[in-house]
Amino acid sequence: MDGLPILTIMMLVPLAGAIACLFVGASAARWSALIATLATFALGVMLWAGYEIGGEQWQFTERADLVAGFSYALGIDGISLLLIMLSVFLMPICILASWGAIQKRVGEYMSAFLFMETLMIGTFAAQDIFLFYVFFEAGLIPMYLIIGVWGGDNRIYASYKFFLYTLFGSVLMLIAMFWMVAEAGTSDIPTLMQYDFPAGAQTWLWLAFFASFAVKVPMWPFHTWLPDAHVQAPTAGSVILAGVLLKLGGYGFLRFSLPMFPQASADFAWLVFALSMVAVVYTSLVALVQHDMKKLIAYSSVAHMAIVTVGLFAFNVQGLEGAVIIMLSHGLVSGALFLCVGVIYDRLHTREIDRYGALSNNMPYYALFFLLFTMASIGLPGTSGFVGEFLSLAGIYQVSTTVALICTTGIILGAAYMLYLYRRVAFGPEKNEDAQAMSDITAREWAMMVPIAAAVMWMGVYPESFLAPMRDDIAALDARLASAAPESDSQLAVGAPKAEPANAVPYFESAYQTDNGKDDEH
Amino acid sequence: MDFASSFALITPELILTGAGLVLLLWTAWAGDKAARAISLVAVLAFFAAGVTLVPGLHTGATGPDTLAFGGLLKADSFALFSKALIYLAAIGCLLVAPGFFNSEAAGAERGMRSEYSVLILFAALGMSIMVSANDFMALYLGLELNSLSAYVLASILRADTRSAEAGLKYFVLGALASGILLYGMSLLYGFTGGTDFAGVRAGLTGELGTGALFGLIFVMAGLAFKIAAVPFHMWTPDVYEGAPTPVTAFFATAPKVAAVALTARVVFEVFGAQVDAWRQIVMFTALASIVFGALGAIGQENLKRLLAYSSINNVGFILLGLAVANEAGAASMLIYLFIYVAMSLGSFTALLMLRSESGDLYETFGDISGLAVTRPAIAWGLLLLMFSLAGIPPLLGFYSKFVVFQALVEAELIAFAAIAIAASVIGAFYYIKFVKVMFFDEPTDLVTGKSGAAHWALLGLTAAIISPLGYLLTPSLNDLAGKAASALFLAV
Repeated sequence: MDGLPILTIMMLVPLAGAIACLFVGASAARWSALIATLATFALGVMLWAGYEIGGEQWQFTERADLVAGFSYALGIDGISLLLIMLSVFLMPICILASWGAIQKRVGEYMSAFLFMETLMIGTFAAQDIFLFYVFFEAGLIPMYLIIGVWGGDNRIYASYKFFLYTLFGSVLMLIAMFWMVAEAGTSDIPTLMQYDFPAGAQTWLWLAFFASFAVKVPMWPFHTWLPDAHVQAPTAGSVILAGVLLKLGGYGFLRFSLPMFPQASADFAWLVFALSMVAVVYTSLVALVQHDMKKLIAYSSVAHMAIVTVGLFAFNVQGLEGAVIIMLSHGLVSGALFLCVGVIYDRLHTREIDRYGALSNNMPYYALFFLLFTMASIGLPGTSGFVGEFLSLAGIYQVSTTVALICTTGIILGAAYMLYLYRRVAFGPEKNEDAQAMSDITAREWAMMVPIAAAVMWMGVYPESFLAPMRDDIAALDARLASAAPESDSQLAVGAPKAEPANAVPYFESAYQTDNGKDDEH
Repeated sequence: MDFASSFALITPELILTGAGLVLLLWTAWAGDKAARAISLVAVLAFFAAGVTLVPGLHTGATGPDTLAFGGLLKADSFALFSKALIYLAAIGCLLVAPGFFNSEAAGAERGMRSEYSVLILFAALGMSIMVSANDFMALYLGLELNSLSAYVLASILRADTRSAEAGLKYFVLGALASGILLYGMSLLYGFTGGTDFAGVRAGLTGELGTGALFGLIFVMAGLAFKIAAVPFHMWTPDVYEGAPTPVTAFFATAPKVAAVALTARVVFEVFGAQVDAWRQIVMFTALASIVFGALGAIGQENLKRLLAYSSINNVGFILLGLAVANEAGAASMLIYLFIYVAMSLGSFTALLMLRSESGDLYETFGDISGLAVTRPAIAWGLLLLMFSLAGIPPLLGFYSKFVVFQALVEAELIAFAAIAIAASVIGAFYYIKFVKVMFFDEPTDLVTGKSGAAHWALLGLTAAIISPLGYLLTPSLNDLAGKAASALFLAV
């Protein structure tokens, strides 16, 4: 693949589509957006096919000095590859999901989505820290428009909150980046990942990055923007938000916080664990009492992402691999769940759970897909959710059994709120006539559901396809973190050998002698 | 004194003076009938003057060869860079004016005015002298030539009470500021015995006496008035709102560049030995401008008033670059100025395009509600400009903040940078309000008037500059600003 700047092309295709969509009518905009996203997905498949597992750490690298102050440098490792694949995979589905649901200002809508795709690919592929920031932050503009123009009733509040909250989180990170670049003398991410910053500075730098990524992930208590944004955003906006934008936070921890500040990451692991444990229990309980389907799934996202952060800060291979797999799995599953909500929202225009019920009667195929994704969200073996959660929890168990114990309750609570949701929507008495009159999923909706279902099963049954590309990168990260890895509380401790064998019968010398004496008497 | 080389150094000023005088006579004889032709000649004069700057900019002119008239003026690379920006801004303001004056928006005095072009020429001439001044007397002459032209420009619509009020306010407060500045200069003269920058600098080495300190503070206060930095900003919203919009566009761009460049020259070349004395003043003003500029804008309904607060906010960021007090800081300040000029010119041009069928201008948020549906091109242009002003990547406004903050952090002023960048989030609030009103609210369909080609061209050009394409300009911009900043520091 030498010479062909495939990453740049992958960014230019949606960009060209975005510009084209601004100038054409509604129907043409839909088709050109679909074609552009499918072409990008095809390029993504080529990228994956061309990615050499076990080859160089950074592949498909490109570099051009276009800008004073930083450089246009792209390149991917296995982790970036998988996240880029997730983005380009979800995008055509988002376009399909908006096919009929968006009727006003279609060209601008499609344009915003395509622009978003360019930026997401750029964020995951950037090899210059400032270039990363540019892409990372630029995503605010299309998302602000998507929520604000095409969102629900309370969209203006949600769009402001989303914009200002995430902007405030990010600006401090920019200051930290300036300091790092001044200290290390380069803005090249692979070089910075190997640079040892002074321990005292690491603390501050870590906190500055944490401010940004914790908002993006989002971690409790910085999550409050998420339910608002999710509920108000149009279906496809929620899919992208949950599917890809939340992953930016996890990716940030993986790419910046952990390898660049290993010492500070170890020092602050307790903070991450504490916030994540609260998130798992608290947001799961909150999800349990929601009446709004989207809000329920939004809160479940916070709980799932908390397991990601816990896995990341486990400082071992299982934890890290599990975290990446959960990110991928959650991207697919929560995206699919939002699509499921969208399907029935398009028919009845309400997200109120009580307005539905017994949908398995009149929408059997819908109920089938919804069940699959519900199970995947719970983490049923055979689905992608299980692989990720199992690996993460196995990783964290090695570090802290307490944290593992509390995070595992998240799975139980997850089963509770998801199954409760499913029961109320798909089973139960036929209480709403209009809900019973809804027709089953259309061919377009089949086309949205089937690929995600296939990917979820694939990842659940044969996760090796997804683990293989990132294995070397995770190993490199693990080696980088080894010096700072925290003490474990679950390893077997080898103490001094006992004097007696373990099965020795305790006895008293005198009693033995007495017995002997009795024997002698006989 | 070698007059030939001195005159060669002030070629751009000579061109502007000549053009100004000839056009003044033309105006006197031909009246407003020739207004269109006069404005075109003025544009050509600016263009010619700008062309003469190019060689010096490229070579990075510096050193004793740039001194004219025995050290009264200095045409070094720093001055050339500022002049180039001033001329570009002036050209922009000349181009957008006819569309405004020839419509209902000009009220009873409809029709392009020939004096407008002449006054802009003289104001720009004054600014040229300001930025190349190397002596307090030359500085003051340039400043007053600029200010007096500006007072008249603000009240150019004599029948419009708002315009007259703006002119009067500007005059009273500007005169006060000039007085303060002059008083500071006289104190410095009294305590150091010179009016030339080198002489005053020589007298300010070592321990700073109380008298000289007062001189420094008065000079800084006078300059802060001119650049509209907090706490001397109160005139800005009123004047910006009242003045005719093309004039406001001019005030927000060219004089700002001149006054900031002048301030930079004074603090580095005159007070260069007393960095600690002026730095705290600049730091305070910078932070206060950022915070007050952001907070003051939040409640505003009038768009021009809002942009006035936005300019106060931006001045704060420019002064941050100055507060770094090194070459990188000065270069970042110049880059910021360039991008700021493009953004302001674009925003005011967009405001000039918000017209009714008969040409009346709309000036409040309520009027532009839902603009994205009715006039998508203007709305998208404004969207880019507002996100750029807020400093959101990938627009070029981010780059301006990027260079300033990079200079700050490299100079170890981290706490300072953190406060400023956090305050910039407050600023983002009202910039995105623009977008909210235009894109999220229900359309009112008030803006129906057509705009001229000049407006579209300028909006398109500024939008292209601040779009991600503008990043391709940054290597040469960095190069030129770097040369200009090093000229400022080599002189010391």
